[in-house]
Amino acid sequence: MSSRHNIVSRLKRKKIKEVITSGKRMDGRSLEDYREIVVKTGVLEKAEGSAEVLLGNTRVLVGVKIGIGHPFEDTPDKGVLMCNAEFTPIASPNFEPGPPREQSIELARVVDRGLRSAEIVDFSKLSLIPGKQVYLIHVDLYVLNYDGNLIDASALAAIAALKVAKRPVYKVEEGEIKLTKRKQSLKVRKTPVAVTLVKIDDTLLVDPSADEEEVMDARLTVTLDEDENVCAIQKSGSEGFTPDEIKKCIKIALEKAAENRQKL
Amino acid sequence: MSSRKKKTKFKRYDGRETNELRPIKIESGVLPNADGSAYIEMGRNKILVGVFGPREMHPKRFAKPNMASIRCRYHMAPFSTDPRRSPAPSRRDNEISMVMRYALEPAIFLERYPKSVIDIYAEILEADGGTRTACINAATVALVDAGIPMRDLVASCAAGKMDEKIILDLGDYEDKEGQADVPVAYMPKLGKVTLLQMDGILSTDELEQCISLAIDGCMQIYEIQREALKKKYGLTEEEVEEK
Repeated sequence: MSSRHNIVSRLKRKKIKEVITSGKRMDGRSLEDYREIVVKTGVLEKAEGSAEVLLGNTRVLVGVKIGIGHPFEDTPDKGVLMCNAEFTPIASPNFEPGPPREQSIELARVVDRGLRSAEIVDFSKLSLIPGKQVYLIHVDLYVLNYDGNLIDASALAAIAALKVAKRPVYKVEEGEIKLTKRKQSLKVRKTPVAVTLVKIDDTLLVDPSADEEEVMDARLTVTLDEDENVCAIQKSGSEGFTPDEIKKCIKIALEKAAENRQKL
Repeated sequence: MSSRKKKTKFKRYDGRETNELRPIKIESGVLPNADGSAYIEMGRNKILVGVFGPREMHPKRFAKPNMASIRCRYHMAPFSTDPRRSPAPSRRDNEISMVMRYALEPAIFLERYPKSVIDIYAEILEADGGTRTACINAATVALVDAGIPMRDLVASCAAGKMDEKIILDLGDYEDKEGQADVPVAYMPKLGKVTLLQMDGILSTDELEQCISLAIDGCMQIYEIQREALKKKYGLTEEEVEEK
């Protein structure tokens, strides 16, 4: 969402930079502070799992729908997890209805990568007829209000929703698949948490607001699980990071991921 | 002899050392109709990149008043992978197009060409793991070939982990079967990482090892890119002075 060419952005950037030099930010936070995080789970009835995360004014709703269908070709005996992100036009005057753009594709894929790499559930237990029918877990990220840092808010909402999700249980009888009345937890075994930092000149800020994202040079998201393993990284934005800056980001992310995990 | 054998017990599926790149061949100026172009073979990857521009931006309202825009398109041919893939761009292709743009933009003097656009089109003819890094390597050479002023070359390769070993430049098999994949792009003169992604599981120490190993790989690729350009454009200034 960086737009370095826009005159308003350039004025904004000047102001934000001025404030940063004092070690504070426009909203009074220090450089390594998150905004207030509120996580609510079980907010929807029709979805098998749901959660809503408020990160300052950023608001993301996640619905998890679980059904059955074809597995991926390269993993015929494993259940499937899919993330999709929707930037609803009510979330920002800059979001327009229509097919997914780069940013929503990136959001979905970064969240997806974190969940998948951490192997949050044992996908091999979610197969019904290998190669034909497996459980499909759809994680839909629904952005309801945009004020920066959608990745962290969405990743948090996604894992919260998956943790409370109850899947319908199907059984295979003589090659036929039947729906039973039972429901079962997904048995989520890992909690990956994403931490996003942006760089403005040479300063690193965590949890960027919409204004900070607009004027940033580059962005780095580091996703970590509770064993302090990194399970996803994404660099974005039109500038580079020095190797030392990357190390610093990883260090900050380690600390912040543990803090944010407590919010679940 | 026998003691040496013990030390090199770990073998990669294609017989490479852990810190060894796949063979790379880069050629510049291969497409007559493009303003700049390059062809790269990195392992069994075969990729053509064409650069068009700086040229007028269409539609005009997308033009930036004070700088050039970059548009990247990463596209895999239907026959480039084992099961045929649809020629329509997938979500993965869209994301790679975007990170490719972010990897290259920092190297280009965009402010020299206000209101215009530079289009970078990468066509993957054959894929063998690490296509995004190969595309960046070729795109950099193609941009130079187009005569676009650059702050530095962008060199790119991945590092990762397989069978508990940290390895450089993952091939297709290692990409699929390995434990982690960390593609990196690096500007050697400016010392900046412009592409960094990761999937899989790594400890923070292993991640840092991967990044530094990938940067070592980028330094080698940087030399290969320079050679490819020298081959077409002759000697560098320093070499002329030396002679």
